[in-house]
Amino acid sequence: MTVQLHYTPAQQAFRAEVRAWMEANVPREKLDTLEGAAGFAQHVAWERQLAGGRWGMVTWPEEYGGRGCTLVEWLIFEEEYYRAGAPLRANQNGIFLLGPTLMEFGTPEQKARYLPPMAAGEEMWAQAWSEPQAGSDMAAIRATATREGDDYVLRGHKIWSSRGTYADWAFGIFRTDPASDKHKGLSFILVPLRHPGVRVRGIPQLHGQTGFAEIFFEEARVPVANRLGGEGQGWNIAMATAGFERGLMLRSPARFQATARRLGELYRQNADRADGTVRAAVAKAWLQAEAYALNTYATATRLMAGGHIGAEASLNKIFWSELDLAMHAAAMSLLGARAELLPHAPAAAGVGDWLEGWIFAQSGPIYAGTNEIQRNIIAERVLGMPR
Amino acid sequence: MDFTFTEEQRMMATAVRELLDDVAAPAVLRAAAGAPELNEGPAAGGDDPQRWARLVELGLPGMLAPEVVGGLGLQDIDFVLVAEEVGRAALPENLVEHAGIAVPLLAACSAPRAQAWLTRAAAGEVRLAVGHPLNATVLGAAASDALLLFQGDEVHLVERAAATLQRQASVDRLRSLATVTWTPAAATLLAGGAEGAALRELAFARGAVVNAAQALGLAERMVRIAVDYASTRQQFGKPIGSYQALKHHMADVQVQLEYARPVVYAAAARLAEFAAGVSSGAGTAGATAATAPALLARLNAVVSGAKLMAMEAADLAGRKGLQLHGAMGYSWEVDLHFYVKRAWALAGSWGDRAWHQRRLESLVLDGVVTDDLAVLHHEHG
Repeated sequence: MTVQLHYTPAQQAFRAEVRAWMEANVPREKLDTLEGAAGFAQHVAWERQLAGGRWGMVTWPEEYGGRGCTLVEWLIFEEEYYRAGAPLRANQNGIFLLGPTLMEFGTPEQKARYLPPMAAGEEMWAQAWSEPQAGSDMAAIRATATREGDDYVLRGHKIWSSRGTYADWAFGIFRTDPASDKHKGLSFILVPLRHPGVRVRGIPQLHGQTGFAEIFFEEARVPVANRLGGEGQGWNIAMATAGFERGLMLRSPARFQATARRLGELYRQNADRADGTVRAAVAKAWLQAEAYALNTYATATRLMAGGHIGAEASLNKIFWSELDLAMHAAAMSLLGARAELLPHAPAAAGVGDWLEGWIFAQSGPIYAGTNEIQRNIIAERVLGMPR
Repeated sequence: MDFTFTEEQRMMATAVRELLDDVAAPAVLRAAAGAPELNEGPAAGGDDPQRWARLVELGLPGMLAPEVVGGLGLQDIDFVLVAEEVGRAALPENLVEHAGIAVPLLAACSAPRAQAWLTRAAAGEVRLAVGHPLNATVLGAAASDALLLFQGDEVHLVERAAATLQRQASVDRLRSLATVTWTPAAATLLAGGAEGAALRELAFARGAVVNAAQALGLAERMVRIAVDYASTRQQFGKPIGSYQALKHHMADVQVQLEYARPVVYAAAARLAEFAAGVSSGAGTAGATAATAPALLARLNAVVSGAKLMAMEAADLAGRKGLQLHGAMGYSWEVDLHFYVKRAWALAGSWGDRAWHQRRLESLVLDGVVTDDLAVLHHEHG
């Protein structure tokens, strides 16, 4: 084979199947925001509807509720998903981050326990990594997990956990060796959030919603069997999770291609008041979304041929987060004087969801490791510059 | 759907890299460029018949010629990695124009005279230069035996002796440039009408893509030079590459480069398909009236996208690489400037930034539905 950019008949048939299901099932009315309690519940209901069609996580093996699809089929699924305007994924931290990590590091029992309810939309997951004093400096984690018999007793304070307010479970990193420092002596532990000794508090974000959480562990007890991988292996496992997060799954290109397409429509509606710089920005958005898609297909086919994803995942994270900001900045510019209006303001008819997207885009260069940290990783581990 | 190159394609690229590391090493370029204080470089622009002979030994001039005329029978997607290596080396000879544009044009041309030149060009016995109306000058004209030139929808092959060349000095001393004055005649005509127009469109698309591929190689070369320097040069008691400000400069270049790369490869793959369609009569000529404009629009969008993104990567690599070198970067004494200047030169060739930007804007914003422009078009079975 060589570089060839055509879908096989089987892939085209798969696309048609996804398209037909989405056309019949995607809610006609936009759901409330995923970051509020009511909206989160609506999104969970959608997750369960998806799972009913066996679309919860198509790349997973059938025994875990998937379809055993290839990564290219997953990309096709995502293209049809966003083309149909389907809702955001309430369980994205579970299915896109923890799922692949469990697949790689979980015991057979752990996979059987956690993956099927994740694919079915029955258990929603959040990430519990950052701490007030361990943001970019993630190895400064202080939360501890102290072994007592067959249990760990968790103590500490996690923060900036997306959708942690509403999630059922969290995957976190805790210090299991109290004498350790930095990235040694950490373990990757799965914790139920509605559980004695676990207290969750929502933090209002820029948009005012409180999906974002801090989590207090006050002698919460979980079985040792909830540890993923070996004791003290938490950092390596977390880095693998971060690789999935940054590198491939969390932000599929279809999402940005759909935004670029909507931006093109917005431009055409407002072309009479656009200047050359906005015109250039809209065309650039289209091109960069295409570039992101092509890069992702390249990564996917490389992985399908037995390759691995490494530090180059950091390139992705910078690219999509900056692309998302640039696209929404162009939209705000096109909306001009109406850009500031909230969707329910009487004069806001026709402004669409751009403001919500613009606010969310501000977080892109920050979450999943700030873009400054990603640039350090690229310089040191991809280019080999001195530490 | 596959985005991986074959072992053979990679081996060919490696062979070219190894050869060019030898015959176009920075020290060789430096010697060819002549003394810094001269007003301009050597008349030949560094063009070296002995180096050309080494390129011929690898079969490079005939890569895109059919095997029946002694070529390798390969496609644009095979050639794109070679063009990248040519860029990485800032090769003085116009190999990419000869092998990547002129030879496949002759191969696709029905005129008997084209076939006669094709066999010798594929073997590297004669050298060809390509003049396009969007380029102010013709690269490699002085060393060529004949020039491919365009006049409206007509393609002409003009022997060098029949044209008048005026040498034009470039900031990149390793490019031999000339303006060409010539008179179209029945004897020089290769193709006209729909065939000529199709050949011209393909030649231009190839020019943009092989230049974009060179920009990838150039960017990678400049990043490598800068990273090596930053790892050895010490200030404040540490290698300067340990400072975040410089790390972030280089990371920004790497992001540009790695997102331009798949666009360039996709453009080459689409170009190969489109060219196969043209030569089999199934492309612009044979496609139905309904599909031909969409096919061409989709090809043009990815070609302009490739040129824009790859040139932006090379431009950024040059600026950041120069900045990272500090005062050394502004001197003739480090090798960086040979590659920086090549990137400057290529930026304006085969459609400059404004030209490709305007075309892309027009396609994406004023033309057909953008869904139809998607590089990975969602065709249905």
